[in-house]
Amino acid sequence: MSLQYVGLHEVNGPLIFLDHVLDASYEEMVEIKCSDGTTRLGKVVQLEGDKAAIQVFEGTNGLSLKNTRTKFTGRPMELALSKEILGRTFNGSGQPIDGLGEIYAEKSMDINGQPLNPVSRVYPRNYINTGISSIDALMTLIRGQKLPIFSGSGMPHNELAVQLVKQAKISDGDGKNFCIVFAAMGVKNDVADYFKRSFEEAGVMEKVVMFVNLANDPIIERTLTPRCALTAAEYLAYEHDMQVLVILTDITSYCEALREFSSSKGEIPGRKGYPGYLYSDLASLYERAGIIKDAKGSVTQIPILTMPNDDITHPIPDLTGYITEGQIVLDRNLNQMGVYPPVGVLPSLSRLMKDGIGEGYTRKDHSDVSNQLFAAYAKVQDARSLASVIGEDELSDADKQYMVFGNLFEQYFLNQGFEDNRSIETTLDLGWDLISVLPKAELDRVDNEVLEKFYDHKRAVKRFNIKEEPIIRELANEGE
Amino acid sequence: MSENVIYSINGPVVKVKDSTDFSMMEKVFVGHQRLMGEVISISREATVIQVYESTTGLKPGEPVEPTGSPISVTLGPGILRNIFDGIERPLKEIAKQSGAFIATGSDVASLDEEVLWDVTMKVKVGDHVIGGQIFATVPETPLIEHRCMIPPTLEGEVIETVSNGQYNILTCIAKVADAQGEVHELTLCQKWPIKTARPVKRRLPISVPLITGQRIFDTLFPIAKGGTAAIPGGFGTGKTMTQHQLAKWCDADIIVYVGCGERGNEMTQVLEEFSELIDPKSNRPLTDRTVLIANTSNMPVAAREASIYTGLTLAEYYRDMGYHVAIMADSTSRWAEALREISGRLEEMPAEEGFPAYLPSRISQFYERAGYMETLNDATGSVSIIGAVSPQGNDFSEPVTQNTKRFVRCFWALDKSLAYARHYFAINWNESYSEYVTDLSRWYNKNVDPRFLRDRQEIMSLLAEETKLMEIVKLIGSDVLPEDQKLVIEICKVIRVGYLQQNAFHQDDTYVPLEKQLKMMDTILYLYRRCKEVITTGKPLRLVMQLGLFDKVTKMKYDVPNDNIALLDEYPTMIDSAISTIA
Repeated sequence: MSLQYVGLHEVNGPLIFLDHVLDASYEEMVEIKCSDGTTRLGKVVQLEGDKAAIQVFEGTNGLSLKNTRTKFTGRPMELALSKEILGRTFNGSGQPIDGLGEIYAEKSMDINGQPLNPVSRVYPRNYINTGISSIDALMTLIRGQKLPIFSGSGMPHNELAVQLVKQAKISDGDGKNFCIVFAAMGVKNDVADYFKRSFEEAGVMEKVVMFVNLANDPIIERTLTPRCALTAAEYLAYEHDMQVLVILTDITSYCEALREFSSSKGEIPGRKGYPGYLYSDLASLYERAGIIKDAKGSVTQIPILTMPNDDITHPIPDLTGYITEGQIVLDRNLNQMGVYPPVGVLPSLSRLMKDGIGEGYTRKDHSDVSNQLFAAYAKVQDARSLASVIGEDELSDADKQYMVFGNLFEQYFLNQGFEDNRSIETTLDLGWDLISVLPKAELDRVDNEVLEKFYDHKRAVKRFNIKEEPIIRELANEGE
Repeated sequence: MSENVIYSINGPVVKVKDSTDFSMMEKVFVGHQRLMGEVISISREATVIQVYESTTGLKPGEPVEPTGSPISVTLGPGILRNIFDGIERPLKEIAKQSGAFIATGSDVASLDEEVLWDVTMKVKVGDHVIGGQIFATVPETPLIEHRCMIPPTLEGEVIETVSNGQYNILTCIAKVADAQGEVHELTLCQKWPIKTARPVKRRLPISVPLITGQRIFDTLFPIAKGGTAAIPGGFGTGKTMTQHQLAKWCDADIIVYVGCGERGNEMTQVLEEFSELIDPKSNRPLTDRTVLIANTSNMPVAAREASIYTGLTLAEYYRDMGYHVAIMADSTSRWAEALREISGRLEEMPAEEGFPAYLPSRISQFYERAGYMETLNDATGSVSIIGAVSPQGNDFSEPVTQNTKRFVRCFWALDKSLAYARHYFAINWNESYSEYVTDLSRWYNKNVDPRFLRDRQEIMSLLAEETKLMEIVKLIGSDVLPEDQKLVIEICKVIRVGYLQQNAFHQDDTYVPLEKQLKMMDTILYLYRRCKEVITTGKPLRLVMQLGLFDKVTKMKYDVPNDNIALLDEYPTMIDSAISTIA
């Protein structure tokens, strides 16, 4: 038997306040019955004596101080789970919205999860082959990693996410136990459709669980969406031994929702008005990626966030970068040049890469290739900024070589298109061919032994059709 | 006591109304689950408690139980090789009890109470003992002898001891009667409040470097034993990698590694890596001298605040035994943010960027617990603190970085652009500094060579000159510079790539002894001087560059193995003979 409370004390934004509450517990779920017969869900967010503050997931529109009945359920928010969730679509708070009926629950789990004990974790080492050269070679995705995509409005992060889903292969699995949990937070209708359509076209829909909170859905529900998705992912990974890839988009909308909710609670804001606990809150999502000892499954996360004004120092990308194990940064200049995927190589990074590549995982020379490509491309940037001041003609010969390398690198290595699925061998060989464009003496990141084996300037010249004269002069001559 | 009940709950902050039973910083148990908490403010109306665990499911009206003592840690054998959470609960035991996920209200003893230790008694009946005196020793790991000390406040006469043998940490192994005749039972372990520094006899002047085997630290910005250093850097600049390298190789006896609000996988990595890595000096796994404190970013925020103090207290305990301890705190910004979060929940008036006004004093209290000390038992020991700072938006002007800068004497600034170019350690040599160089000069002159600091100075000046020149080069290109300035740029390239950049994954380069560092500097500077002679005779630098000497010297860090440093003595001859071909 549980008590029902008639009426409210106060309504403020997404929050309602109740007086004279007995026996409510912190963060428990409440059901709110409105006069029109609908039921909304809420959560206790603050308790003070017999006063309770409750956030209402579906918003407080239409609630008045008199017409509601509130019931405390006595347990935290839980998600009903069974293996049948594969192929289904849910709203942001875990209710099915695809018209296929309720889930027959095998298990209910608290969506807040519990912190994973560091001693029970397994350090992730097995790479996921994404078929995208820039990611595979330079910021390798590892199973159990959390690797966000830092993007901006108008850039093809959704396409990249779909391509990842389509192409991602686990290096040592047969792909049978691979599934995707997709959480859309505050995304536009079109975008949600695009994802759904793409999954269907790729024929992977029966391996996808979707949680959709659209841009016009209530913000409180948005703060639950990633938690529902991650709970589903943990269930599939640890109870059913599946390799789960979780895509969370868009973290920026999630944080905006959190800010809105925090300010309506009257909390003291931290940087840019975001609540002081934004870091802890984001960590409670991202840290749910990983592999557990004695479990066969894994949770890998690819959160997508759009950097407001392309500003990587904005609190959302900044805090995310501090928690996640690297980042893939999309570059607007590359995008405008028509390079797809426009991965900005230099600020991108995968922290777990160093232990998941090389002999036994990818190929022995992998770390040499990636270090040298990074170092060389960093020099390209120096050469370019110098060229923009003094003009390309005045560059030293070495710098001119770097300019050629830079253009080829972007054209062949980064720009691979939406349909191209490259094996790791293809990618690494391409990397060597590009490195071979540069004079041998410039390659200071590679062991001499490896260099002897893979460096072949003639092959590079032939492949990219370079005249021994730098290409810039060649273009200049054409213009005459 | 039943009238002490929860009145309000807001995140990790719980209030009790109208109670006078609590004292500041007292440890309390909250609710039926007995969650651990700490009293952080008291007024007539309300006592405020921060709870170290998740408060989900807590109800107003549940009991709050005072314990009468502040939050403290258990100190005794069994600390090393262990991994604890922020309030010294052993994570391995928790995993056994509650599985892969940490359940709330886990009540686990900090140290293993079953295991029997080989105890050797160091006092006998009738001895007069004072606080800090060693009364028994235990081989805790093959590397470290654990020295059990009389609690600092106790003085008296030993009236009973056990014979040498095997005991667990709870057995009374000695009894001491103090001046009042009161009898104190001593066991292998003792408690100490984490927010109080352990007493020492006196602070000694700083004079010995903490040798890391990492060139940029040992040569350019050395840290002393008992010193403090901060490593600020945005994400992806290699703070954690730097901390790991230091923890692996520095010549401290004990490493306390505090993962404060950082990634779970990183702690797993430390656990795995350290048990595989063999300490070259003792041929034992590094875990034998390491203790880990893990409060990952998704663990309760209040325990994050405590984790730093827990780590410090463990460090001080081993210092008191006469060991040199280095504590790595990764990252102090997360600790500061935990302060901010709690402060926000308390609705305190915020200062800069929402941080509480007492942030600087907390930071200074933390770093001032480092030092080179004479302990109560007349040994010397030290605690060195190396704290990582994660500035928001890579902006070093933010409050945590700025305030940390005021209280540390080594500042190792990580640089994003170096990290982008995969130049590790990505330490910016223009922004970083070490105030210990003068303090340590005597040691370097005596134990290495007076040349070491001279070479260091010359390299610093060359790097400074290069920075100036690079500004010109950025504007007009390097071709227009005079030959001697071109040489500076070329030699600095050798210094940067061949000396400062260090490969943590290379078998020889990951740790470089001071002797090799010195000879490497000598070689680079010799090359510089010889080339300078050549170009003053009017020959172009291009001619010298063609000899391939610069590449050869750049690669000496890989070509000369650590066990055959004498190979470096051949470089001057090699340089001479190459240059003689063009002279």
